Amino acid sequence: MESLIVVLVGILVSVGTYLILSRHMIRVIVGTAILSHAVHLLILAMGGLKKGIVPLLGQSEGEFTDALPQALILTAIVISFATTAFLLVLAYRTYKTNGTADFRELRGVSDE
Amino acid sequence: MKINDVILRTVVKGVVFIILTLGVYLFFSGHNAPGGGFIGGLVLGSGIVLLYITYDLETVHKKMPFDFKKVAALGVLLATGSAIGSLYFNAPFLSQTDGYFNIPILGEKHLTTVTIFEAGVALTVIGTLVTIILSISEDE
Amino acid sequence: MNNLIVLPLIIPIITGIILVFLRSSIMLQRVISIITMITVSVISFLLLDIVQTEGIIRLDFSGWLPPFGILFVADSFALLLVLTASVVTTICLLYAFSTIGKDNEKMFFYPFVMFLIAGVNGSFLTGDIFNLFVCFEVMLLASYVLVAMGGKKVQLRESLKYVLINVVASWLFLVALAFLYGTVKTLNMAHIAERVAEAGQEPLLTTVAILFLLVFGLKAGLLLFFWLPGSYSVPPAAVQALFSALLTKVGIYALIRTFTLMFPLNQEITHTLIGIMAGITIIAGCLGALSGRDVYTIGTYNVIIGVGFILIGLAAGTETAMTGAVYYLMHDMVAKALLFLIIGMMVYLTDETIIKNMSGLIRNYPLFGWIYFIVLLALTGIPPLSGFVGKILIGQGALEAESYILLAIGFASSIIVLYSLLRIFLASFFGETTISFEDRKRIPKGAYSSFILLAISIVFIGVGAESLAVYVKDAVNTLINPSVYIDAVLKE
Repeated sequence: MESLIVVLVGILVSVGTYLILSRHMIRVIVGTAILSHAVHLLILAMGGLKKGIVPLLGQSEGEFTDALPQALILTAIVISFATTAFLLVLAYRTYKTNGTADFRELRGVSDE
Repeated sequence: MKINDVILRTVVKGVVFIILTLGVYLFFSGHNAPGGGFIGGLVLGSGIVLLYITYDLETVHKKMPFDFKKVAALGVLLATGSAIGSLYFNAPFLSQTDGYFNIPILGEKHLTTVTIFEAGVALTVIGTLVTIILSISEDE
Repeated sequence: MNNLIVLPLIIPIITGIILVFLRSSIMLQRVISIITMITVSVISFLLLDIVQTEGIIRLDFSGWLPPFGILFVADSFALLLVLTASVVTTICLLYAFSTIGKDNEKMFFYPFVMFLIAGVNGSFLTGDIFNLFVCFEVMLLASYVLVAMGGKKVQLRESLKYVLINVVASWLFLVALAFLYGTVKTLNMAHIAERVAEAGQEPLLTTVAILFLLVFGLKAGLLLFFWLPGSYSVPPAAVQALFSALLTKVGIYALIRTFTLMFPLNQEITHTLIGIMAGITIIAGCLGALSGRDVYTIGTYNVIIGVGFILIGLAAGTETAMTGAVYYLMHDMVAKALLFLIIGMMVYLTDETIIKNMSGLIRNYPLFGWIYFIVLLALTGIPPLSGFVGKILIGQGALEAESYILLAIGFASSIIVLYSLLRIFLASFFGETTISFEDRKRIPKGAYSSFILLAISIVFIGVGAESLAVYVKDAVNTLINPSVYIDAVLKE
């Protein structure tokens, strides 16, 4: 199961990288979002995908699942949510002031 | 362009209550089950955004005259406030406490200070979510 | 347990939030923010004193014992940096009062400065590597807003680049964290150090270490600094000063922590790599500083040279070199802040950025000119100013470690720094003035007081190096013997 997830991570990373390398702002932002999903899956896979019960004292007899990766992922999701939101607003402002969403056209905009 | 959105308006009138109720339910179910401040806040926030999309900014603003930036700030204040409350009792930072209380009508209930923290998280999420959408849509 | 440790993080956050509610009353915002920063500075000084008598102190959040919970660890190294950062921020705020402009003040300038300093202090104090990531993000999110503040065309373009680079860097950070967690199954920095030492630093762990090197290199501007000159030259002067004083230094702190505490075993690979990167960084920074014709380019490339120079100390890795690195780190925070405040003021006074087009500033503003001269001397490393101690100790350390090439590059860079800054001095401060004495703009009193305070700090770090020696020695002791840190966290 872990190896399947890792393959999925690989696919997501390649998709994200492809999108990040494009010229359009929105594609780049979507690319960063996909990259962050990829790394969340990677953290999950690294913690081990055990089929166990919750790690509560007195309740877990035998196998239990490592809960830490999920806590890490939740934190990382919140952070990437905030960053992506900020990026979207920033991209929108840039589009409004510069009149273009193309990185190549943005290059060399002179001062004022 | 004026679009005919009678269906949307009618549906939203009912659906928005379901969404908001679901949000509140998710918020409280975080106590012992999946759910919690972040998810509850997201659902509540999306309900409010749906209102903004269906009716125009002014109408919604008349009924809900909040500055959502301040809602977010209030949320962070609640969350950090519950965290530094423990400093007053000379317990380590972020310590939480809980207890069973007998409340009239409801009976014995399990109350914790984590709920205050979670309420802060929920308010922050609602505040940020709505602020983002509004800041994109405001300068049309 | 000592709840005092968390205050440098939590006080600025709470103040920041309260300031959001006081949006319209600017005067109140100013007073509250400056009082907060002074309080934080005093608290960090008190903590520094406590650490000297009681040894390293830690705070387990919510009572979870390490290695299970998140914790803050305060050792002398972290506290020295927290103290310097808080003092520099206080002084930069003084400058901001008179220059930042009403619009920015209303657009939540002070709250975001507070969040920035909270993130910076948190990064210095945390003892958990995932918490380090979170504090980094708090700091970065605040910095994203501050870069874009004002919303000019160039600013938006540069901030978009800045944000994207940092998002990718944070992504790499998470990848490194995932692999680290996969191999050692813990996130507590002391516990990681223990596990790595038990397992012996195998190739996989060295790879993870190099991943961390790349991440922090991106944040610190070590070799991967291509984004830095652009994004550091667009925001208002006070923000520039804060960035060049704090942001890269947090990356350097993380590098030093990582490679002295967690991955110190495979030095022939990691430390050699850091040495090579530091060397190339300095050379490239020098080329940039020489080629620059406007004040911003010269200033930002000087930041890059400074980063490379501090990391020579880490690459050499001896006790003397680390002492030098700690001294130079403090010096660089203060001196770079002052340099950027002065550059900002020069641009404000003349409305020019090209150094050739401004001249004779010293005739209209003699004190201003001589303060610039002090920075110039300090950054070059002339005794008795602040840069001298750090430079001489890093040099001595490099000699001990027999890395002569780095030594040569490091000291050659001093000459380039001197030359590039002297060019500004000769072209912009000397010569005939183009603005008559009557028409000159006045330098606001707040700005003057911030220049003077920073200049005093520079002289103090240089002349009073002896009085700082107690703290620095303790800091270096922890860095050289990581077992001190590990015992403080895991024993009891």
